[in-house]
Amino acid sequence: MPIQLEIVSPTRLLLTRDVDMVVMPAYEGDLAAMPQHAPMITLLRGGVISIYQGSNITDRFFVDGGFAEIMPDRCTILADAAVPVGELNLAGSQARLKAAEERWVEVDKMDNAARDLALDQLQSAREAVRVASG
Amino acid sequence: MASLKDLRGRINSVKSTRKITAAMKMVAASKLRRAQSAAEAARPYAQRMEGMLMRLAANVAGRPGQPRLLAGNGRDQVHLIVPITADRGLAGAFNSSIGRQTRVLVRRLLAEGKTVKILPVGRKGRDFLRREFSDVQGDLLLGGRQGIPFTQAQEAAQQIMELFDRGDFDVATLLYNQFRSVISQVPTEVQLIPLPVPEQKDEAPAGPKAQYEFEPDEETILSRLLPQNLAIQIYRAMLESNAGFYGAQMTSMDNATRNAGDMINRLTLNYNRTRQANITRELIEIISGAEAL
Repeated sequence: MPIQLEIVSPTRLLLTRDVDMVVMPAYEGDLAAMPQHAPMITLLRGGVISIYQGSNITDRFFVDGGFAEIMPDRCTILADAAVPVGELNLAGSQARLKAAEERWVEVDKMDNAARDLALDQLQSAREAVRVASG
Repeated sequence: MASLKDLRGRINSVKSTRKITAAMKMVAASKLRRAQSAAEAARPYAQRMEGMLMRLAANVAGRPGQPRLLAGNGRDQVHLIVPITADRGLAGAFNSSIGRQTRVLVRRLLAEGKTVKILPVGRKGRDFLRREFSDVQGDLLLGGRQGIPFTQAQEAAQQIMELFDRGDFDVATLLYNQFRSVISQVPTEVQLIPLPVPEQKDEAPAGPKAQYEFEPDEETILSRLLPQNLAIQIYRAMLESNAGFYGAQMTSMDNATRNAGDMINRLTLNYNRTRQANITRELIEIISGAEAL
């Protein structure tokens, strides 16, 4: 029994398909959504979403972060931005990393929400550079 | 009576006006198509997010210490209105209908004894609202010829959240033209802060209500989801308004082209009549001259 996967970004619906398993970078470690998973809502880190048919990876997307909602029969990923891993561009990711590092230096470390957000963005940008450079 | 030369001049000037309006209509039509598909492409995300937010909100409902973006700050004295207009005109009543709606809303709130502030998005709205109301809070321009990037909506959301955190307003309302069809744009009000949470409908009769797990926890997720939702609401309104703008522009330019055509016909008729009258007059002069001999 497959699980119905949807990946949406603010600008468009990227993918909607029945898949066997999807592994996503959840907030506290990678998470695999399979049929009959308990209902769950999670934050996503920046990282790679891998889509499995059987035991093969068919598609990989890089997400900047976002939210995922898992139900026993479907999985909805609301990505802040998502691109197929092959289209991730190294120069762009490096520029983003630099911007994120600057933001991290400037951010008010006493403001919990702002600090966490900047830290997540920094980690997401690092991950993007790592994935893009192969 | 206008001379033949004058009439020719006027016909030519109306003809070039018609060329311009016809070209603008074509441009608006092609941009409309792009704007419309952008607006449609943004819908799934907004819908999914709304659903997720509703389930989350239902989970924290009734608990103390709810996020202020969701529950508001407990007052409703100062209202912030965010009217979205276009940066450019020549689109019929598109911008002025938002202006009218803003005026109606402001008057109603003032009559209830509230304070009203305005944060206009789009150049046209900024210009005419500045002239009319004193309490306009800065502004946001749409700009950008290549559609509307999401970052623009995020900036707008950021600005609104800063104002809210400073306690500059208690309730925020978005006002924009919703795209119904090419010929119809409906001014629409959406309350942004506090977020109106619709009563959970019993839509899923499939057994007991799902018990969600949250990672890391509801509060953290909500603290990320709410600002994102704000940005999405604004983004969606901007896209709808943008599509509506091109629709309105296309319709009004179509009308203008048709009017110019009518005017050319009238002027041409007039021109020909004048020409014939001149010929007739000259003939009479020649004939009466010949008879006199």
